[in-house]
Amino acid sequence: MEMMGIERDRLHMSWVSSAEATKFIDVVTQVTEAVRALGPNTRFVKQQAKVA
Amino acid sequence: MLGYTEKMRGIASRLLKDCSVEMVIGFRKGSMPMMNEPCFVTTIEDVPSLIWDSNCGINLANYLTNRKEKIAVFAKGCDSRNIVNHIIENKIKRDQVHIVGVPCTGMIDKRKIAGMVKGEILEVSETDDTIKVKTADSETLFEKTEVLQQNCTLCIHRNPVIHDEMVADPVEEQTSLDRYADIQKIEEMESEDKWQFFEDLLSPCIRCYACRNACPLCYCPTCFVDESKPQWMGKGQDPIDVRTFHFLRAYHCAGRCTDCGACERACPVGINMRLLTRKLEKDCQEQFGWEAGLSLDQRPALDVYQTNDPGTFIK
Ligand code: SF4
Ligand code: SF4
Ligand code: SF4
Repeated sequence: MEMMGIERDRLHMSWVSSAEATKFIDVVTQVTEAVRALGPNTRFVKQQAKVA
Repeated sequence: MLGYTEKMRGIASRLLKDCSVEMVIGFRKGSMPMMNEPCFVTTIEDVPSLIWDSNCGINLANYLTNRKEKIAVFAKGCDSRNIVNHIIENKIKRDQVHIVGVPCTGMIDKRKIAGMVKGEILEVSETDDTIKVKTADSETLFEKTEVLQQNCTLCIHRNPVIHDEMVADPVEEQTSLDRYADIQKIEEMESEDKWQFFEDLLSPCIRCYACRNACPLCYCPTCFVDESKPQWMGKGQDPIDVRTFHFLRAYHCAGRCTDCGACERACPVGINMRLLTRKLEKDCQEQFGWEAGLSLDQRPALDVYQTNDPGTFIK
């Protein structure tokens, strides 16, 4: 994905067990921060045909 | 590779005569220059249609999928690796195929040649290392090395990795190649330029799926692009759908692609979609030390877990 031009911080991958609540919160916080820092996504956005 | 044709006809006749196979898969002359087509020979009378030259770039492993009969197949280095894939992935049984190995010195790039001469090409003939191209008003002689398909210039497995008999003695393998210079160049680009690069690369795509159909790896009964319940992606030429098709297809080939070049060869608009599969090939090699289709005894990189597998991308 990065090779194709998706920004490095746009896509995240993580492994969180259902018992790891704290880790889940950490990951979500980190991901939101990283993605927010990048601003709105402009790539891989498909424009839908406008319906009246 | 001159002289292979006669030997192949001999081998095919022998195998059909002693009934050790029901069908021989090879090539016959196509209706246009540089367009040899796959050929399925089931009777001795048809054996003379078999030929071999530098226009046999189609991957014959593609025609073995789910076959039930006993088949002999002529296999270049890359074909043989795809046959190994097929056997590992249970698409054909090892004892069902009689593999006739074809040491390969590369296939020529019809698009490149068409771009190097003026006018319609009427005839193409070859010697061991030259290619002669005839048009209505000229005749041009090329070194074979200048007009090879790009994947063949980068090929390091020209000799079949698996075979029951060989058409000829092994050829010398190419060594000390920088196989991923072009991929590296893309990797070094800025993210935005990468995006634009692939926009431009894929913009001529007409979604004909010739690349998918030519690939021996693409044997799913219903390809994800054709599914309608659920419909994973749009079917038109919206650039995002085109891109989704291409990157997902590449991922489906991850750890399996042998860079045989059949996909690029089949594309009517000349898209080098191998840039995607080769990135994954490069990653597989760097991260798992894996090259597809070299051995029947090794499970594919994406099929096994090892404790030293890299995992830094998982947070
Ligand atoms: S990729 Fe290698 S084995 Fe396959 S056609 Fe090209 S040179 Fe021959
Ligand atoms: S993706 Fe292309 S190069 Fe790779 S195995 Fe399929 S046809 Fe060959
Ligand atoms: S063969 Fe070429 S035009 Fe057809 S779907 Fe593949 S990349 Fe697109």
